[in-house]
Formats: sequence, C-alpha cells, structure tokens
Amino acid sequence: MAQRALPVIGAILVAGLVIGPVVAVIWRAGGLTSLGAPDYAALWFTLWQAAVSAAVSVALAIPVARALSRQRFPGRSLLIALLGAPFILPVIVAVLGLLAVFGGNGLVNRLGGAMGLPRMDIYGYHGVILAHVFFNLPLATRLILQGWLAIPAERFRLAASLDAPVGRLLEWPMLRRIAPGAFAVIFVICLTSFAVALTLGGGPRATTVELAIYQAFKFDFDLGKAATLALVQLALGVCAALALLLLSPPDGFGAGLDRLQQRWDGQAGAARIGDVAWIAFAALFLLSPLAMIVLAGLPGLVSLPPEVWWAALRSLTVALGATALTLVLALPLATRAGELAGLLGVAVSGLVLGTGLFLIVQPFIRPAEAALPVTLMVNALMALPFVLRILRPELEAARADFGKLAATLGITGWTLWRIVLLPRLRRPLGFAAGLTAALSMGDLGVIALFADGDHATLPLQLYGLMGAYRMEAAQGAALLLLMMSLGLFWLLDRGGRAHA
Amino acid sequence: MLGRTFVAGLIATSATMAAADTPVLTVYAGDYFNSEWGPGPGIEKGFEAFCDCDLVYKTGDLLPRILLEGERTEADVVIGLTSDITKKARDSGLFAPHGVDTSALTLPVDWEDDTFLPFNYGHTAFVYNNTLVDNPPASFEALLDAPDDLRLVIQDPRSSISGLALVLWVHAVYGDEAEAAWARLAPKIVTVTKGWSESYGLFSDGEADMVLSYTTSPAYHIIAEEDLTKSAAIFPEGHYFMTEVVAKLATTDNPDLAQQFMDYILTEDFQTMIPTSNWSFPSALPREKWPDGFRDLPMPEKVLFYNEDEAAALRDEAIEAWRSALSR
Repeated sequence: MAQRALPVIGAILVAGLVIGPVVAVIWRAGGLTSLGAPDYAALWFTLWQAAVSAAVSVALAIPVARALSRQRFPGRSLLIALLGAPFILPVIVAVLGLLAVFGGNGLVNRLGGAMGLPRMDIYGYHGVILAHVFFNLPLATRLILQGWLAIPAERFRLAASLDAPVGRLLEWPMLRRIAPGAFAVIFVICLTSFAVALTLGGGPRATTVELAIYQAFKFDFDLGKAATLALVQLALGVCAALALLLLSPPDGFGAGLDRLQQRWDGQAGAARIGDVAWIAFAALFLLSPLAMIVLAGLPGLVSLPPEVWWAALRSLTVALGATALTLVLALPLATRAGELAGLLGVAVSGLVLGTGLFLIVQPFIRPAEAALPVTLMVNALMALPFVLRILRPELEAARADFGKLAATLGITGWTLWRIVLLPRLRRPLGFAAGLTAALSMGDLGVIALFADGDHATLPLQLYGLMGAYRMEAAQGAALLLLMMSLGLFWLLDRGGRAHA
Repeated sequence: MLGRTFVAGLIATSATMAAADTPVLTVYAGDYFNSEWGPGPGIEKGFEAFCDCDLVYKTGDLLPRILLEGERTEADVVIGLTSDITKKARDSGLFAPHGVDTSALTLPVDWEDDTFLPFNYGHTAFVYNNTLVDNPPASFEALLDAPDDLRLVIQDPRSSISGLALVLWVHAVYGDEAEAAWARLAPKIVTVTKGWSESYGLFSDGEADMVLSYTTSPAYHIIAEEDLTKSAAIFPEGHYFMTEVVAKLATTDNPDLAQQFMDYILTEDFQTMIPTSNWSFPSALPREKWPDGFRDLPMPEKVLFYNEDEAAALRDEAIEAWRSALSR
C-alpha cells in the first residue's frame, strides 16, 4: 500500500525535520532549564494575544470573504491579490507602514487632528491585536474565500431556484469546515510573534515567548532555556493543531460540474450595501499602509546600489526553488496527519530551528556549504502549514467526489493525480505557490548561522541599509521587496485563478 | 552606527577566487560589516595591500556562532564583539592575547584588556531633530522632568546591545533610584523596539521626537547628507561608553597572519577608515585627525562605563528596574 504509506512517511519526515533540530539543541545544552516568573508572564501574554488576534482576524474575514465571493466588480481580482500583501511583508516594513497610518504622527491622527478629534494612541494591547489582524486578515480572508469558491455552482443555482436560505444551508456548513483551520493557523503564527508585538505593544508588557528565546540565545547563550521555551511553543502549536483536527467536520457538498459560480443571493438592497462596506473597510485597512510604504519607497528606489539588485535576484531564485520543493512535499502530505506535522514548522522558533540544524550539519560539512539547501528546506518547512491548509480541504473534497469513480475505472497512482486530482487543485495550487514564493522572498534570520556573507538576500540588505543609516535606500529596497513578493504572488495565484 | 555589518557578495567571491595558494585570513564579523556601505571592504583592501594574503569575511551571528563552533571554528580573527558581551566570549577560553601595545589608544576610559582590542567607540545618547524640538533637555534630570508629550523611542535591553547600554546608563546615573527614574521616563516612552534599526526608522518617520542612539549619529547626517538638523542631547551626568573589539582565536592555523591583522588595528591607516564607514569614533586616533563632521561633534564631559564583570553583575537588576517600571 505505497499510496497509504507515503503520507505517513512524509509526516514523520517533516516532524523529524522540526523536532530533530530542537533535540540537537537540547542535547548540546545538556538538558532543559526550569522557567521563571517572567517566562510564565510571557507565556500567558503570548497565548491570549494569539487567541484574540486569530479570533478577530477570522471574525472580520468572514464578512469580507463573503462580500468578495458574491459581488463582481472591475478590479476585483487585482484587489484580491493586493489584499494578500500584508501577510508577505517583512516585519519591519509592515510595522513602519502600519505606524505611518495609525501611529502618533500617522494619517489617522493627522486627519483626526484636522477635524478636532482627540489623539488616538496605537501603542498597547489593542495595537498588538491591530497589527496581527493587519498581517493575518488577508490570510484568513483568502482561506475562507477559497471555501466559498469551492462550493459547487450547482448548489447556489439550486438554492436560488428553491428560494432556500444560502446562509444556513451552504455557507454555515462551509464555515464550520474552514474557519477552525484558519483560526488554528493564525493562532500558531501569532505564537511566534516578537518584534511586532513588542513595538505595537509599547514595551515590556508585550513580552512574548519568542523574545525570551531570542534573549536566551543571543545574549545569554543559554541553549537549555532557548530549547525549553521552544518546546513550550511547539506544545502549544500541537494543541492547536489537534484541536483543529477534532473541530473541522468533513465536506458534505458533494461533487459539482465545475461551472462558473453564479450568485443570486446578496445582490440587492441592504446585503449589497453591506458587502460594499466590508470590501471598502478591508481595502482601506489593508491597503493604506501599503500605499505609505510605496510613497516612502519611491525616492529611494531609483538610486538603489547594485548589490541590492543582486540580492533581489538571489531572493527570487531562493523563492522559486522553495516553491517547487514545498509543492512537491505538500501534495502527499495533504492529509490529517500531514497537516498536524506541517503545523509544527511554523510553531517552532526559527532561531532554535536554525541553531539545531547548524549543530546537526556542522560535524559533517562546513555549514556555509549547506546554506542553499538549508535555506530552501527551512522556507519549505515554514510555508508548508499554509500550503497544506489551502490544499487539504480541496484535495479531500476531490477525493470524496471522484475517488470512487476513479477506483471503479481503475485510475490509480500518478494517472489519478494527473487527470483527476491536479486539475481540480488548480486554484488552490496557484494560491499556495504564490503564497510560498512570496513568503520565501521575505524570509529572514533562520539561517543567519549558515550565512557565508556572500549570499545576502534582499531582506538582509534592507536591514543592512537601515543599520548604516540609509533610511531612504532602505525604504526603496522595501518597496522593491514588496513589488517582487506581490508580483510573484500575483503571477502564480493568477495562473490558478483563471476563472475564479 | 556601531558595527552593523554585512557582505557584498561579489567582492568576497572574486577575492576568494583570486587566491588559490596565498594564505587566507578568515575574519568573522557582525551582520552588516562587509557591505559596500560598511567598513569591511576598506579594511580588506588596506590589509591585503601589505599582507600578501587573502582576507575573507564570514558575516552573521557573531558570538553565538563562535560559541557553537567551539574549537572547530574556521575563524582566525573576530571583529565587532561589543564590550558588554565580552565576558561570555572570554569565559569560552577560545581567544588568545592580542599582543598589541595599547598605549596608542585614545579612548575616554582606561583599557587594559590583553584579549579584546577596541577598534572604535561611541556613547549612548538621545538624538533629536533640532528644528522640531525647541527645548531639548539639557540633562538627564531635565529629560525625566520633560513634559509627557516629548515622545521617546528606545530599544529593548533584552534583545539589543544599545538597549542594554541604556539600562546600564540609567543605573550608572541613578543607582538604587533607577526604577524611580524609569517610572518618570515611562510616560514619554512611545514604544520599545527589538533593535536599533526599528527605533531609528520610527524616529526618521517622525513617530518619535527623540531616539536612543549614539553621540556619533549626527555625523552621518552631516557628512553623508549635509543635513545639520540632527543633534545628540549631551547630559552633564555623563554618557555610557560602548566599544567594539577585535580578538584573535587561540585555535587559528595562521597565528602570524592573525597577529599581523591585530597589529594593523591601531594603525592610522585602519583608524582613519572608521569614522565615515563605521560611523563611530576611532579608538586610536587623536581628535585633530578626525574628519570635520566628527571633530565638531559635541562630546560628553563625563563618560560612564562598567567593565564586563560589573556589567554582568548589574545586568539583571538594571533590566528588572526597567521592566517593572515600564510594565505598570
């Protein structure tokens, strides 16, 4: 039963790639360390901010995704692509963009001040949530929008002809299947937040577990403590993943005929106005910080030094390589066990993962020689949870709808993938590929230990420019990064959305 | 700023290819050292002009990497460790005495370390835009008393070297009263960032009036941008001293070459490169030889500094005073 064994082997492999490095760090440290009161305070803050951020992101994403799924307007597909941008931005760029809008001297306060409104202070717990929603609302919206688009067009047609409630019969069951997964993924992403939470939180009250790991590693070189905290993070990620598996019921819509979806609900009156308002809210909230990044970056973009362009080329190569690797890994892993293993990749601290890999590789070869494969692998590990979340519901639906027919016809193995499954996964595969490529463009830090110096990526160059006071050039590099990430995302996603 | 480094790929690659049989000196440096806009390329050129060798930088996480590699490290020399974390480095036993006569040092503090050799220095300072801040605080005490609408951005002492220097600075000025001082400062602190870059970015964007940076920061704006609007507030209570050091590995397989590099650090050729590529003060160059933009900078009259043992002993207490006052 090679067909059955493959996902299990894949899941074990992925889990091993995540857990192995953590074990290596523990082994090197000679054991775990007990945690102190500040660590528990950080743990508590980490947990609740992640839970609230994920809940708010998903709650807001539902009406936005519904509006996008049932309204048609010029520029809709461009807007959907642009809305994904915050998720793929490097942290420092996104924070500066966000504060250019919501900060003390930002657009909102300047507009408010002109109208005589009291000053809004963004720094605090609400700032942390706002920033995490800014990052993750796009992902939640896209995941849920995928769910809407995957409802067979015939069901909407039938509902319209029977005048049946679309919300209760089609949308609610779909949301029950999709929303818990979106919540779990975002919860796990927010578990490893550090710089965003600290900056928007306004100070040490917003201390997360990841900050404690960073401190233990960079300042104290306390590997035992770093590993202990990383294990705590992993355990939380596993709990979230298990809850996700228990909470999401299987798809019950059955197969459709792949007709272009047409909607009769929400086309008139209050529903339409409401949809327009939600779309406008999402566009304004997510795009205005991007607009500020573009404005700030334009002057620096024209005068970027050549090494920034070389770094951009290098980042592009890494992104495309990581995308190919991720998709190859993801297809056999798009099962329950696979998704559980995959979620570990984003729950683990990047610092500890990088350190562990370094310890494993170092006795055998010079770490610098392993820089490229390790970069590709780490990028793939980081993107895998998102890709699996995107692919699995649709792959399972495709198997449920067409598996029996295929089996009757004796279609198995590669042929099954080629003529049945892959064509049905076109849209999610495009989205997943776009997301992986964009995420890999922005990746930073995990492989700092492997860096040889002559393999600098664009995000590293960006930090280098900032560190050398060249803020204008750095903002230009940020704009270049934004354009390249978005460009890749749009191209790949577009390929899969030919008729969405 | 002090020692952010990083590598220009092409330069390093071509240098590696050029030299198949010449001896190679491997220098580990901080992240941003070897970029086109960092001090790395100039130092490499200067050293290779007489060493008959090939200097190769490996940039990245400096101390964690050395400590992880232990005696297997390829590094011959490490450049860019900061004075506040040298204790961890020394305790590893991986480093050898530098063997350089330190009488040429022009630091504002006594330096009698036989392992770690300073190549630059600076002081922590609050930097502001002098066209926007009308009444900059003239002392630390005045900063604490400043109205709450003076917006400051600082770095986290748990994740940033400059942030750590700040809490030691406050401790050096206020001692046991540090927590009370932090409590007075707290309403003015807009936010705390992970590292210096985020803070300086926020300051540049107008999100804060004053940013925790270095006394040398205005020199960049004056020299590179001809912008005279950035100033560092100088306080009579004193400013905390920071230096970046070079050290030789005991395990080097090129001891003579490594020593040659150590001997190069305090030469005028090396030192004159530091101000305008590292944007910090050179460690062994009389002030009259500094570039104009540096010579004219206001200098603190009083310099505060804890040696590595004192800093290590005080660190937890100083961070806790900061944390508890800012958590209220």
